[in-house]
Amino acid sequence: MPFVPHTEDDVRRMLAAIGVPDIESLFDEIPADIRLRRPLALPEALSEAEVTRLMMDRAERDGRPVCFAGAGAYDHHVPAAVWELATRGEFYTAYTPYQAEASQGTLQLLYEFQSMITGLMGMEVANASLYDGASALAEAVLMAVRAGRKARSRRILLPRTVHPAYRRTVETIVSAQGIELVPVDYDPARGVVDPDTLPESPGPLAAVVVQQPNHFGCLEEVDALTDWAHRHGALLVGVANPVAAAILAPPGEWGAGGADIAVGEGQPLGIPLSSGGPYFGFMCARKALVRQMPGRIVGRTVDADGREGFTLTLQAREQHIRRSKATSNICTNQGLMVTAATIHMALLGPGGLERVAHACHANARRLREALTAVDGVAPVFPDAPFFHEFPLRLPVPARELLRALGAQNILGGVPLAPDYPELGETLLVCATEARTQDDIEAYGRHLARIVARQGRFNCPVSPKIGR
Amino acid sequence: MSEVPEDLRYSRTHEWARADEDGLITVGITDHAQEQLGDLVFVELPEIGRHCEADEACMVVESVKAASDVYSPVAGEVVEINETLADSPELINKDPYGEGWMIRIRPDDPHALEGLMDAEAYRALVEEA
Repeated sequence: MPFVPHTEDDVRRMLAAIGVPDIESLFDEIPADIRLRRPLALPEALSEAEVTRLMMDRAERDGRPVCFAGAGAYDHHVPAAVWELATRGEFYTAYTPYQAEASQGTLQLLYEFQSMITGLMGMEVANASLYDGASALAEAVLMAVRAGRKARSRRILLPRTVHPAYRRTVETIVSAQGIELVPVDYDPARGVVDPDTLPESPGPLAAVVVQQPNHFGCLEEVDALTDWAHRHGALLVGVANPVAAAILAPPGEWGAGGADIAVGEGQPLGIPLSSGGPYFGFMCARKALVRQMPGRIVGRTVDADGREGFTLTLQAREQHIRRSKATSNICTNQGLMVTAATIHMALLGPGGLERVAHACHANARRLREALTAVDGVAPVFPDAPFFHEFPLRLPVPARELLRALGAQNILGGVPLAPDYPELGETLLVCATEARTQDDIEAYGRHLARIVARQGRFNCPVSPKIGR
Repeated sequence: MSEVPEDLRYSRTHEWARADEDGLITVGITDHAQEQLGDLVFVELPEIGRHCEADEACMVVESVKAASDVYSPVAGEVVEINETLADSPELINKDPYGEGWMIRIRPDDPHALEGLMDAEAYRALVEEA
């Protein structure tokens, strides 16, 4: 659809109709001293050829390393059909389909997405997506505070096992609204929140956040944590990996009552890593909370002639109508990413996604075996069940190891020390279904060589106990 | 012309209030308000026991067009809410002064209603609009 801007005559007639002399006077409400009186500092526009060249140069700088890094973004195989279809002209927009009569295809696709992600999470309703997993969690926290009006609490338990970037995003978005984020420490032996250490009388709580698998890749005791939250009148917000959810209990089945809100990062469902984005966030909830849900929700309905149709629903709660009291300031969903994810899920089917999840787990076990065979390398949480990633304790500095592995075209993992200094030299490593036996063996070989070399020149390596 | 019963008091934001014999005040939205909103699809009421200030937004009515705040016309404690509205919000459209009542309040000040408009004043406000 071509974009047709207003002509000068259109603008003049609209201004005359509302009795305003010029566009500038529409902004009178904004105090003059906070307005920017100069153009934004943007570089000159580039031609298509120049942009192509620039982006290719940048992409080349990333290279094509064999990826063992996870920590929230995962290198899964994406079938070629996914983006072949998603980039067709009929789908190729991220914009919200306001005009239902001209957007039935897009709306139906979003409706299918909502149905699929709802099924995967074991929840009752879903919206049409949010920006990414981290902002989806922030929206879930705001939603929990709105929905938990009976408890009238603005306190949220946010364990340290939740992704550090997610926690920072939540802090940024909700801290100015008087919402208190209470950290919960993890059991240093198991890398998970120990439900038995939670207080008997925690005081009023709006929600408890639980990430499954957590940032360490470990499996939290979601049943006990969900029951604990509900026992204390709090909602349970689950942050779930959608691939892991294919073989783990979905948030809707946690504990006796299930999670109340489930959010997560949609990237593992058919979105390439592409230097960090764009990704998309998903959000599901129980039906009783649907009116507190932010963002777009597509509904199926019938038209005046009784024919099936799809429409944006619950718009009365959104910002163009409800202004400052809207359920969120989210205006555009990540439509194109969601299109790809929907095609990806449809191609794989529930059985296919389950096989992907099993393959991830099997590869991660092989990887752990291969890497911990190296002298001085040990799992940080040896007995913790994990899905497809786990942290390793290293006998060498993590940064130096990553540099040395990088020279061999291996992206070795993500150091945990910046966010968890108490863990020392550790590396969070991951293997998806896309890693081969050769990849895993190569990593093990290079790790052994690098550790041996560093150990010879630097500090002595403590012998492995029991070997 | 919408209905404006003589025996009620009114706020500028289109709520009505009635002093009941038991000392409580029943609150709802006016016939004019429901006409303007159109078909209501959802009503959000405060929890029982909550204290509302006068003119505090403590309820929401949602139509297919918009979600709008409903303000408490007097200060007091919410002692009863119209539970039937959860499943039948259309009662407000059908019978705004009867079955479509929203909450009952125990007022902080027993004379609180005196500060509100009478039917004549509210009728003038609606005609002006």
